[in-house]
Amino acid sequence: MSCFSALLYKELLRFWKVGFQTVAAPVITSLLYLMIFGHVLEGRLQPLEGVSYTGFLIPGLVMMSVLQNAFANSSSSLIQSKITGNIIFVLLPPISYREFFAAYVIASVVRGVVVGFGVWLASLFFGWTGVAHPWWVLGFVLLGGAILGTLGLIAGIWADKFDQLAAFQKFLIMPLTMLSGVFYSIRSLPEFWQQVSHLNPFFFMIDGFRYGVFGASDVSPWLSFVIVGTAFVLLAALTLQLLQRGYKLRG
Amino acid sequence: MPNPDTPAISVRGAVKQYGALQALAGVDLDIHQGEFFGLLGPNGAGKTTLISSLAGLVRLSAGEIRVMGHEVVRDYREARRKLGVVPQELVFDPFFSVRELLRIQSGYFGIRRNDDWIDELLANLDLSHKADINMRALSGGMKRRVLVAQALVHKPPVIVLDEPTAGVDVELRQTLWQFIRKLNRDDHTIVLTTHYLEEAEELCGRIAMLKQGRIVALDSTPNILRRVSQRALQIRAAGMPDVLPTFLAEHLLARESGVLQLRFDRHAEIEGLLAAVRESGALIEDIAITQPDLEQAFVEIMQENSR
Repeated sequence: MSCFSALLYKELLRFWKVGFQTVAAPVITSLLYLMIFGHVLEGRLQPLEGVSYTGFLIPGLVMMSVLQNAFANSSSSLIQSKITGNIIFVLLPPISYREFFAAYVIASVVRGVVVGFGVWLASLFFGWTGVAHPWWVLGFVLLGGAILGTLGLIAGIWADKFDQLAAFQKFLIMPLTMLSGVFYSIRSLPEFWQQVSHLNPFFFMIDGFRYGVFGASDVSPWLSFVIVGTAFVLLAALTLQLLQRGYKLRG
Repeated sequence: MPNPDTPAISVRGAVKQYGALQALAGVDLDIHQGEFFGLLGPNGAGKTTLISSLAGLVRLSAGEIRVMGHEVVRDYREARRKLGVVPQELVFDPFFSVRELLRIQSGYFGIRRNDDWIDELLANLDLSHKADINMRALSGGMKRRVLVAQALVHKPPVIVLDEPTAGVDVELRQTLWQFIRKLNRDDHTIVLTTHYLEEAEELCGRIAMLKQGRIVALDSTPNILRRVSQRALQIRAAGMPDVLPTFLAEHLLARESGVLQLRFDRHAEIEGLLAAVRESGALIEDIAITQPDLEQAFVEIMQENSR
């Protein structure tokens, strides 16, 4: 086992051991959204031509689950290790900062994918219609998960208390996700808010993913891919810098 | 095989500054391979900062540290492979069982299939029956033993124990020291920080005392003891004259209600002192030899450096 694979294995085992909390609970939450919003809004809204509201909502919820859980995984793992002090078990061994980054981000993507897959499986009962472009789906899931896993790392490195991590999640991640077009098409918004939505990188993750599912979306998937890909590269570079410097990890 | 002349730990001009606070104020220190070395000092003296710097947990403001010849920042992979650290805090990962934790920790050092050594560690630390128990369910003493096992999964030649017996019961302390002594006999270099001075006195061949980020004493344990206090012959006798004969007066350290404390350097001097007491007409009732102890040495050295 290399240093990297050991750290990845530990991160995967960590969330798997508390699967009720880390996998089952978010799947249930998404299903509640699906039941309630689907029930209330079905027939009243048709954000995408030829697609029912519930059908429109499902991919949004799948992607939202991927994103939120990828963030939760790296951020909570890191802050718990920092606060309990067991972070030293990964700081003492000869693990490079790149291996550290890769292990935490990949584990986050895996958790995001597992939860997203769970939501998708459950949503089959609500009438999932199939996937138009599986490679786009896969691409946006992996990139979106990686971005949120990286943001989780930044939050986990920066926060000294659970309170600060909660602030990062509730005041930044949550609004950006909720306002990204999970529950609506941004075309239904007034022109001004459509423009504002285009400043939100989360919008492009959801929209690109929806293109993969339906073959139709608010903006071109290529544009979304370039924006999401650039966001990942920038965030990864920032995080690698922080890790290399040992920011808040090595005094 | 490493060159036996390479110091196990070599510290050169180590300075660590936290804002206005200087935790290490220029430390130079060589610890040789196979030594059992004690690092002593009051709280805030810089012991933990020094250990953290050599483990790569803290980055020095100036100076450098090598472990078995490997510089701890540039050549961190090799330096960390050579080093096992038992931290002071009782930290644990609540998600895993003892065995899982030790397997994962082995993996961090690139070691596959380490179960034979893990079993040996568990047996030596009296943890075999707890191997599949979750860390949360262990008592404090057991968690401490797991920390020792974690530090040793990769068989490091240099082992640092930062206050390993703080808050640990006597029985565990004995088990732990037996095991650490065995490791030392098997050529592992041991560096120990402790608040229990009798432990350092009993175990360490050489001692460095730190105060305010500086080394204020560095010598073999017997030399440190000799430096600050001497052995004394304590005699309780009846009918001791008020004015002592010159020979006894020259050796007198203290006199208190029929008990004399007499200084001596070599055992051969004891007979002469006893004879002088008898010749003075006194009747010896009890004798004892008092040894200097590290606690006394510690206090005196710390006081010397306050002046």
